[in-house]
Amino acid sequence: MRGFNAVLGRELRLALRHPADSLAAVMFFVLVCALFPFGIGPSPEILARIAPGALLAAGLLAALLPLDRLFGAEAEDGSLDQLLVSGLPPALLAAAKALGHWLVTGLPLLVATPVAAAMLNLPVEAWGVAMLALGLATGVLSLFGTAGAALTLGARRGGVLLPLLVLPLSIPAVIFGAAAIEAAAGGIPARPYLLLLAALLALAAPLAPLAAGAALRGE
Amino acid sequence: MLEARDLACWRGDRAIFAGLSFTLEPGGALLLLGANGAGKSSLLRLLAGLIPPAEGLLLWQGQDALADRVAHAARLRYLSHQDALKPSLTAAENLSFYARLWGGEVAAALASVGLSELAELPARMLSSGQKRRLALARLALAPVPLWLLDEPTVGLDAASVERLGALLAAHRAAGGAVLAATHLPLPLPGARELVL
Repeated sequence: MRGFNAVLGRELRLALRHPADSLAAVMFFVLVCALFPFGIGPSPEILARIAPGALLAAGLLAALLPLDRLFGAEAEDGSLDQLLVSGLPPALLAAAKALGHWLVTGLPLLVATPVAAAMLNLPVEAWGVAMLALGLATGVLSLFGTAGAALTLGARRGGVLLPLLVLPLSIPAVIFGAAAIEAAAGGIPARPYLLLLAALLALAAPLAPLAAGAALRGE
Repeated sequence: MLEARDLACWRGDRAIFAGLSFTLEPGGALLLLGANGAGKSSLLRLLAGLIPPAEGLLLWQGQDALADRVAHAARLRYLSHQDALKPSLTAAENLSFYARLWGGEVAAALASVGLSELAELPARMLSSGQKRRLALARLALAPVPLWLLDEPTVGLDAASVERLGALLAAHRAAGGAVLAATHLPLPLPGARELVL
């Protein structure tokens, strides 16, 4: 646990030194959501209709942005070798990296969700559920993304390969997340969808770090 | 305590080295010599457990060392030719991460490589020799039985090489073993040589 906290603390400290990286993901998220009204036209009904899916898709794409540097930066400066011979189990290292990625990228997206939701004309009563759904979905993406980043590490076109690997795995998160927001907007209980999303997160939480750890070790 | 039996390492379908055997006793030192590309760095990575041997066995106290790579990692320090520093963190912050993992005093480790005055400086402001010294400071954090050093003195001035000599002497006096790849003379009295 000491090692987990040390890696997580280092991730957060590095993120604080480079706030622009987190900010870039948030700006990307807000800008993508702002593009929809321009493309579709300011018809409130249509916007509200596509808002759940647009929020989820934009959020996951934004969270994907910093993923190829997750292990890439560590490998370039030799830190990854040091982490792998630090006596820390690789799966634990990957778990700390995944949580770090979510805190640094996923969490700021939640803060920006009301802004994006307002631009997409999502009813105010669904904003809370939208934040919850996006929080859970970006958590799933952080976990699968960590495994993907470990697998594509050292691949020649890793940056391109990573989304191709991770986004298909995130489809269930988009389906349940969007369904939850849609239910909340329509006044139906969103709880079942959120629980399914949470179950997905609970499934990925132990499996993805193990896969990432195995990939790092085999590199 | 460390014994290599017929180690071989391949890169693609080309053998970098094969049939390599040696032993290392507590307090012992082994210098890896050889031309560029002879496989010195690969051997160190193999010994650190970062790449698996294509053939052969690595034994620690008579047991297969690489069977449990996490346990193997806990008994060694590996200094690669990269310094593994984060430019935006200060010298002390770079080191304190490893101190949290392994234990040890950051201030004392910095003092042992003569970097006490630069502790609060971001690593990107350090010269290449100072960065190397900061990487070497990791060795001084907490004692482990085996040091694997890849060109430890690259970029170091004479005074820093002397300080490294003191670190190496203290490590060996405490029963630690050193394996170092180098092209430069190292302060390792009585070291055996292994030419790849």
